Amino acid sequence: MSTKRSLYLPRRQVIRGILATAAFGATSKLWTGCSSTPEGASGPGGDASPTAEGGKPIVIGFIYNAPKDDYGWNQAQATGAAAIASIAGIKIVEQESVPETKEVQEVMRNMIEQDSATVIIPTSFGYFDPHVLQVAKDYPEVQFFHSGTLWKEGLPKNVGSYFALVDEGQYLAGRIAAQASKSGKIGFVGAKPINPVLRNINSFMLGVRSVKPNVKMQVIFTGDWSLPVKEAEATNSLVDQGADVIAVHVDSPKVVIETAEKRGVLSSGFHSDQSALAPKGYLTGTMYNWGTIHKKYVELLKSGKTLMNGGIPHQVIGGIAEDYISLATFGPAVTDAIKKDVEATKAKIVDGSTVVYTGPIKDNGGAVKIPGGKKYPVTAQELTQIDWLAEGVSGKTS
Amino acid sequence: MALNRSNWRATAEAIAIPIVAILFALILFGIFCAFCGKNPLSIYGAIYSTAFGNWRTFQGTLLRAAPLMLTALCTALPARLGLMIIGNEGALVMGGIGATIAGLMLSYGSLLPNVDQVKNTLGLPSLTVQIGMALGGILFGGLWIAAVGALRHYRAVNETISSLLMNYIAIALLNHLVEGPMKDPASLNKPSSFPIPDAYQLSNISGTRIHYGLLYGLIACIISYFLIQHTTFGFAARTAGGNVKAARIAGLPVGKLTVIICFLAGSCAGLAGMVEVAAVQGQANGSLVAGYGYAGILVAFVARYNPLAAAIVAVLLGGIINSGGALQRTFNMPDATVLVFQGLVFIVVLYSESLYGRLKIFKEAEVKAPPPSAASTAVPV
Amino acid sequence: MAAEALGWWGVPLGIMAGTLRGSAPFLFVSLGECLTEKSGKINLGLEGTLLTGAMSAYAVSYQLKDVVGPGLSPWIGVLVAGIAGMALGFIHAWLSQQPKVNDIAVGIAMIIFGSGIAFFFGKPFIKPQAPQLLTFDLGNWSSLPQVQSALKISPLFLLGLIIAPAMAWFFKSTRWGLFIRAVGDSPDAALAMGVSIKKVRMLCIIAGSFLAGIGGACLSLYYPGLWSETISSGQGLMAVALVIFARWNPIQCLWASLFFGGAQAIGPALQSVGIDQGRYLFNAAPYVLTLLIMIITCSPKKTLSGAPGALGTIN
Repeated sequence: MSTKRSLYLPRRQVIRGILATAAFGATSKLWTGCSSTPEGASGPGGDASPTAEGGKPIVIGFIYNAPKDDYGWNQAQATGAAAIASIAGIKIVEQESVPETKEVQEVMRNMIEQDSATVIIPTSFGYFDPHVLQVAKDYPEVQFFHSGTLWKEGLPKNVGSYFALVDEGQYLAGRIAAQASKSGKIGFVGAKPINPVLRNINSFMLGVRSVKPNVKMQVIFTGDWSLPVKEAEATNSLVDQGADVIAVHVDSPKVVIETAEKRGVLSSGFHSDQSALAPKGYLTGTMYNWGTIHKKYVELLKSGKTLMNGGIPHQVIGGIAEDYISLATFGPAVTDAIKKDVEATKAKIVDGSTVVYTGPIKDNGGAVKIPGGKKYPVTAQELTQIDWLAEGVSGKTS
Repeated sequence: MALNRSNWRATAEAIAIPIVAILFALILFGIFCAFCGKNPLSIYGAIYSTAFGNWRTFQGTLLRAAPLMLTALCTALPARLGLMIIGNEGALVMGGIGATIAGLMLSYGSLLPNVDQVKNTLGLPSLTVQIGMALGGILFGGLWIAAVGALRHYRAVNETISSLLMNYIAIALLNHLVEGPMKDPASLNKPSSFPIPDAYQLSNISGTRIHYGLLYGLIACIISYFLIQHTTFGFAARTAGGNVKAARIAGLPVGKLTVIICFLAGSCAGLAGMVEVAAVQGQANGSLVAGYGYAGILVAFVARYNPLAAAIVAVLLGGIINSGGALQRTFNMPDATVLVFQGLVFIVVLYSESLYGRLKIFKEAEVKAPPPSAASTAVPV
Repeated sequence: MAAEALGWWGVPLGIMAGTLRGSAPFLFVSLGECLTEKSGKINLGLEGTLLTGAMSAYAVSYQLKDVVGPGLSPWIGVLVAGIAGMALGFIHAWLSQQPKVNDIAVGIAMIIFGSGIAFFFGKPFIKPQAPQLLTFDLGNWSSLPQVQSALKISPLFLLGLIIAPAMAWFFKSTRWGLFIRAVGDSPDAALAMGVSIKKVRMLCIIAGSFLAGIGGACLSLYYPGLWSETISSGQGLMAVALVIFARWNPIQCLWASLFFGGAQAIGPALQSVGIDQGRYLFNAAPYVLTLLIMIITCSPKKTLSGAPGALGTIN
C-alpha cells in the first residue's frame, strides 16, 4: 500500500502541477485580457477621436429587435443607419436581436456607459413603453429617437419620435394594383391585426377603391412577424381563391413575393425594393427612406441642436412629400398609363388636394368610421386609433 | 461535518472540472473568433469587462440571471427524480398569465376593467396584490408542469415530449388571450392585457437597477437545495429518481412525489413569469416569450441539477448574454456569435460530465470505494 | 392567368396542396429521428441540424449557380446539407455516448450550436435568390391552375415517399435492421450477437442527421424556398413528437408528416374563405392533438408498442 502511494503521489503531484500552471496561465491570460480592456473599451472612441481631431465624434446607438439583415423592417432601418455611418464626426454602434424586455434597457445603458453614445435610436415599437421611458429618465443628457409615433407632451424632453407614414405610398400602390388586377380580387398577407398593419391595409384598399369601387380584398393574418411557411401557405390560399394581386405586411416580404411570382400573379411589396425577386409580377411597394430622417437628425446634431434645447422637434413624422417613403421600382405590369396616373395622384397628394383618409369611410361591417366631410392628414392622431378594416376588406381584426 | 480526504477530492473535482471546461470552451471560442479575423484576447477582455468588469455592468449580468435561476429549477428539480422536463418556457408563460389575471382581479376586480374601474382601483395594499400575483404565477406554472408529471406517472406519457408540446400550447394560449379575451383595447400597436397599476409593480432593490426577482431566484435556489439535499422529502425524491422499483418496494409514494416535485418545478418557472409581468412588462404580452425558459434548461444541465450551482451558472450565462452585446457593438460580430459561444460552452461542459470519476488525480488511490453521497449526485435519468 | 375562385372547395384543395408542399421537411426529420431512436438514442438536436441543412443547401446552391449552372447547383446543395447534418450528427453521436452524458441535454446543446452556426454563416444569404430544385408538374391533366399548382411535386418529397417504406423494410428484413433494433431494444442481446453498440448508434445518428439535413434543404430549396432564420417553425423539435405519434414505424412517420404538413395549411386556408376566429388556437391544434393522442394511447401498464426498449436509458 505504502509503495503504491509513493508511486502514485508524484504522478498526482505532477498532474496537479500541470493543472495549476494551466490554470495560472489561463487566469493570467484573462488578466492580460482585462488589462487590455481599457484600451479595448476606449478603443472605439480612441480610434475615432484622432480622425475627428479636436471634437469627439457623436456616437449613435442603433437597436434592432431582430437580425438587421432580415430583408424587412430591421434591414430598412439598418440601411438608414449605414447612410449616416460614413459621415465625418459620426460613429454608429449597433446591436441586433434585442428583445423587448429588460434586455433592451441594459443595451441602452451599455451603449451610453461603455460606448459613450449620446444618441440612441431604438427601432422597435415595443421598446418605447416602459423601456425607453425608464432609461431616458436616468440619462437626461442622452437623446432617444424612437421609431414610432408614440411621443406625447408630458413625456421626457429627451425623447422624440420619428416615423415614416406609409399610407400615401400604399394608397398609390393600391391604385396601381386596382388598375393591374383583372379578377377584381386582391389578397393581403398581414402579420397581426395591429394599428400599423390595419392602416397599411386600409390605405391600400382606399387606393384600390378610388379606382375600382367593386374590388374585394381578402386578408390573412399569419399571427407573427416572420413565419415563412405560413406566409407561403397564405399566399397560395389567396391565389387559389382567385386573387391576382397579393400585397403584404410582414417582416420580410420575400416569401410572399416569390410565392406569388411562382403562382404567376402580381405582387406589391413593402419595406424595401423587392423588384429583383419577381421580375414578372412585381408591381411596386412602399419603401422606407429612413436615411433621409437619420441624415436630417445628424445635421441638426452636428450643429449643436438637441431635443432638450428645442432645436430638434420631438415629432419627425412625414410621408411621401417629405421623401420619408417612396415607391419601389415599377415592374413590367405597370403600364405607361398607370405610371401617368401615379405621377398625377402623387402630385395631388403632395400639394394636399388628395387626402387618403377623406370621409365618409366605412368599416367592413358597414359602420361609418370617418364621417363625410372629415379629412385626416396622415399625421392625424385619430389615425393611430384605427382598429378596423375598411369597406371591401374581408377579414377580422380579432 | 468533517472534511475527510475523499470528500475533499470530490469537492475539488466538482469545482475544477467545470472551471477547466469553461476555460477550454473559451479557448475554442477564441479560435473561432481568430478564424473570423478578430483578436481573441481583446474579445476575452470585452467579455470580462462587460459581464463582470464593474458593479454597473455586473448589475446587468445579475438582472439577466434572475429569471434564469427560476427557470433552471424547472428542469433541475424533476431531474433529481429522473424526469427530463423542458417545459420551462411554457410554465413561465403560464405563470405570467396567472400573475396577470391575479393582478388585474386584485387591482380592478375585472380582467377587462372599464373606465370607472381603472380610475377607482380596489385600493388593496400593494403587498397583498404582489403576493396574490406571485401565488397566481406559482399556481398556473405549477399546475402546468404538475400536469406533465401526472401524465408521466398515471399515463406513462413521455414527460420530455409532453412538456415540449405544452410550450407551444402555452404560447398559443398567451397570444390568443392578449389578442382576444384579455386584450386592452388601447394596446393598438402591441396587443397586451390591461396594465397592472404602477403602484403594484415590483420595485428595484434600493440603489440598484436589479428588481426583486433576483432575490426570489436566490431564495428559490437555496430552498430547493435544502429541500432536495437535507430533508426526508428530498431524500425520498432522490431515491425514487435513482431507482423507481426500489422506491416502490420501500413504500415511497412515487406518484405523489412526482406530482409534487413537478408542481414545485413549474411554480419556480411560473414565478419567473410573474416577475416578468410584475417587474418588467407591467402587463402580459408577447414579450413574455423571450427564451428564458430554454436558457434555463441549459443552466440546469450545466449546473448538474444542483440548485445552488444553478444560481452560479445563471450568473455566468447572464454574463455571456450581457457580453454578447459587446461582441456586436465593439467587434461588429453578428448576434449569432453568442449562440455559437453558448453552444460551445454547453458541448464542452457536457463532455466534462463524463470525466467525473475518471481522472486519477481526483481518485483516492483504490483505498476505499467512493462514499455513497458522492455517487448519488451522479446524473439521474 | 387569373383563375376562377374555388370558394369552399379551396379549403380541402388548399389543405391537400399544403400537405404535398409542406410535409417533406417533417418527413425527412421524422425518418431521421426514427432511425436514431430505433438504435436507442434520442436526438433532440435535429432542429439545429435542420437549420444548418437549410442554410448550407441555400448557400451552396447560390454560390455554385454560376460554376455548375442553376440546374445542378441545388442538388449539390442538397448533398452538402446532408453532409453538414452528418457533421453535427457526429458531434451528437460522440457526445451522447460518453458515460453519464444525457442525450436530451446534448440535443439542446446541439440546437443552440447548430442554429448558432446556421445563423452566423447564413447572414449573407438572406437577401439573394438561390436556384431552386426543379419540380415535377403532375397536374397538367387539370384545367384548373389551382390543381396544377398543387401538384407541383418536389423530387425530394418523392424521395421521402420511397425512403419511408424502404426504411420499414430495412428494419424488418435486413441483417443490419435487425442489429439496429437489437441495439435499441436490448443492448445486452446485441452484445451477445457481437454487435458494437457504439458503432451502430454512431452510424444511426449520423445517418439520421443526414436525413434531417436534407429536410432542411427541402425548406430552403423547395418550399417556402428561401433562407431565413425563422425558416423552421419548430419542425426539428417536433420530429421527436412525430416519431412517438408514428410509433417508431417509418410508414406511419409518413402519415404523421402528411398530417403535420397539412395542419400548417388549415389556418390560412380557412382564413381565405373568411373564417378567422381563434387563429392562434388553430395554429396550436397539431400540438394539442399530438398530446391528446399520446395521453390516450400511452399506458403505465405496458410500454408503447414499437418503442425501443433502451430508449432514454443512460450508457
